[in-house]
Amino acid sequence: MKNIITVNDLCLWYGNHQALHHIHMDIPKNSVTAFIGPSGCGKSTFLKTLNRMNDLIDDVKITGEVRYNNQDIFSPSVDVNMLRKEIGMVFQKPNPFPMSIYDNVAYGPRTHGIKNKVKLDEIVEKSLKDAAIWEEVKDRLHKSAMSLSGGQQQRLCIARALAVEPKVLLMDEPTSALDPISTAKIEELVTVLKEQYTIIIVTHNMQQAARISDQTAFFLLGELVELDSTKRLFSQPKEKRTEDYITGRFG
Amino acid sequence: MNGRKHLVEKIMHGIFFILGFVTVACVLLITIYLIISGIPAIQKIGFFEFIFGQEWKSTSDVAKYGILPFILTSIYGTAGAIVIGVPIGFFTAVYLAKMAPKKIKSGATAAIGLLAGIPSVVYGLVGMMILVPGICEWFHLSDGASLFAAIIVLAIMILPSIINVSITALEAVPKEYEDASLALGATPEETWFKVSIPAAKSGIAAAVVLGVGRAIGEAMAVMMVSGNAPNMPSLFESVRFLTTAIASEMSYSSGLQQQALFSIALILFFFIMFMNAILNYFLKRGKER
Amino acid sequence: MKMHQKVSKKRIGYVYVVRCLMIISTLLTCSLVIFLIGYVLVKGLPNITWELLSTKPSYITGKIGILPDILNTVYIIIATLCFVLPIGVGAAIYLSEYAKNKKIVAMIEYAAEILSGIPSIIFGLVGMLFFCQFLNMKTSLLAGALTLVIMNLPTIMRTTQESLKTVPQSDREGALGLGAGKWRMIRTVVLPSCIDGILTGCILSVGRILGESAALLFTAGFAHTIHGFLSGLMNSGSTLTVALYFYAKENGEFEIAFAIAAILMILTLIINVGVTLIQRYYKKRRTL
Repeated sequence: MKNIITVNDLCLWYGNHQALHHIHMDIPKNSVTAFIGPSGCGKSTFLKTLNRMNDLIDDVKITGEVRYNNQDIFSPSVDVNMLRKEIGMVFQKPNPFPMSIYDNVAYGPRTHGIKNKVKLDEIVEKSLKDAAIWEEVKDRLHKSAMSLSGGQQQRLCIARALAVEPKVLLMDEPTSALDPISTAKIEELVTVLKEQYTIIIVTHNMQQAARISDQTAFFLLGELVELDSTKRLFSQPKEKRTEDYITGRFG
Repeated sequence: MNGRKHLVEKIMHGIFFILGFVTVACVLLITIYLIISGIPAIQKIGFFEFIFGQEWKSTSDVAKYGILPFILTSIYGTAGAIVIGVPIGFFTAVYLAKMAPKKIKSGATAAIGLLAGIPSVVYGLVGMMILVPGICEWFHLSDGASLFAAIIVLAIMILPSIINVSITALEAVPKEYEDASLALGATPEETWFKVSIPAAKSGIAAAVVLGVGRAIGEAMAVMMVSGNAPNMPSLFESVRFLTTAIASEMSYSSGLQQQALFSIALILFFFIMFMNAILNYFLKRGKER
Repeated sequence: MKMHQKVSKKRIGYVYVVRCLMIISTLLTCSLVIFLIGYVLVKGLPNITWELLSTKPSYITGKIGILPDILNTVYIIIATLCFVLPIGVGAAIYLSEYAKNKKIVAMIEYAAEILSGIPSIIFGLVGMLFFCQFLNMKTSLLAGALTLVIMNLPTIMRTTQESLKTVPQSDREGALGLGAGKWRMIRTVVLPSCIDGILTGCILSVGRILGESAALLFTAGFAHTIHGFLSGLMNSGSTLTVALYFYAKENGEFEIAFAIAAILMILTLIINVGVTLIQRYYKKRRTL
């Protein structure tokens, strides 16, 4: 399988504090990669490095290399806005804009210059269908997105991210604020989406990682301790620290 | 608890209760006084003649008390100040709330605080010395004291309210909205203008309404630059506002003329109360979010 | 590869236009402030002489002095604060410590909001009708001061209320738990910890009083005679701002007007710096 993202020797500092230590990682196309680890282990920081959302924080220094489709994403010739269009993101807390459902999904395409109403309608419908929320909202596309339930809001956020046709979808603990039923819906959605997209998901929940991911990366104190196929990592971890974590000895 | 201590507690409670209601009493006092003293002249002159009369000749033999010129001047003057002041204030607020480095932000905020603190007579004085002769020369007029001069002065005077209230509203926009927009590949500028500002629109609307209130109520600065003749408003003509109509004749007026001035104050008060109601509406809507 | 594409020209144009508008507006605002300060100081400072500050206007010598106006301003500030502080602080304490009925709180707060939105010319008018005519105070500094009390009430209330909010509930409960009555608790725990709010309110009020003119025109009048504090309060007198207005608008004495403007500008500067320093000082002390 072809790798869509390759990370070489990535280090990251917040001021003087080193948050990520020499990370190497390959992420194959059309797979689901889960990042697990205790809070503060750097998994979210690492995820945000992949679409350069960390650029927004002052005083961040990054060394090493992240290659997306074999191109360095930190190269000066890369337009960060276009990079983020390619590598979309879904956040921990559902964060739809305070606009209508339609406008939420159309926001991205409009930003990238699509003005044609028919085209927009198409994109909105397709994105909402892909995010498995079309049936629930098709009759109230012009109602405020804030009127949806938390789980629906999160799927709307996924639809919004899909609307700009990314290749990779970064998900930062997308179900941690949701109830079990909504969580199940999103997990199901992830397994469907991986046919078209590459998905990287940060999760607190090891069962979730085991259920939906193809490979799992275990982070601890800013280090990538172990990366392996999910089956192997959970059944026969190579590292002692991984074993301690997945058997619940800390974290 | 012994009896004396109990008594002291009761007395203090009573005193604080009374102090709390001083504010309410003041509002009632002002409202009642304005209504009682404002109604007679309107009755004598006739409501329609008073409001829609185009001529104000309070000192001529056949006195005429029509305040339409003042009402329109106040409306035009305020609208002009808003048209000039709001865009400048709005863009400044966005810059300071979202883009400015910390040092520039704190410096600019201090400067804007100062702008709010400068007494209105000082604005009036500077307007008299720079704007009025400037307008006179630029537009080849015989006198620069005009509605236009007043509009400029008002636009500057409402800047601080507009900027400060807008900054507060923009800073209250949850960071999550902005993150979401950036993650979709929007630039920071697109994010501020297409997500942050729509999300803060109640607060920004409140800022504009507050500016309107300030502009309608300003008297002294406007008096010093607007020429003060009771003409129907025109940009380069000497004009009189609702506020300056009161201020310019109050010191020597008596009888019906003075009562008519009270009636003008009553009309002005209604304008302000109306603005207050709108302001409250926007602020409440902002909070409900 | 797509990410090496640039954002479309239209979008880049949008970004630059918006950025320019923001920076130009900010520059305009800031240079306006600098210009105003500079202009007033340059025009005014050379005209400030010891003679100007230490004499009263005299028709005999034809010279103008602003000592009476300075004294009047000081008197009216003192008189206003004497009234507005107890009332404003008391009202704030009532709202945050005593009032249980939400409707009453909302009503008082709404009243304060209305007060802070009323233009000063209306305060002046009602002050004239109520204090000067109805209470028969004539045109006097006291009538002016009482009018300003109503105007500044919301300011003192708001700043006090804001600092009352930062007093931890546990402090109050601690004092009450020790058997202190409510009034004793307020005196010993609540009041000392809202000093910064009261102080900020005071300075803001001083700034407003200093800058006020429309409300004083018909209540305090415009005489330029020197009085002691008490007799000054009973007599008509103009403050610095009112004097500025008259020297500029009625008498065409622009040098005097600019001298007063420069003094007012310096005082405004001091007040703004003062408020910032107080807030910074207390913020630091709170976090320690």
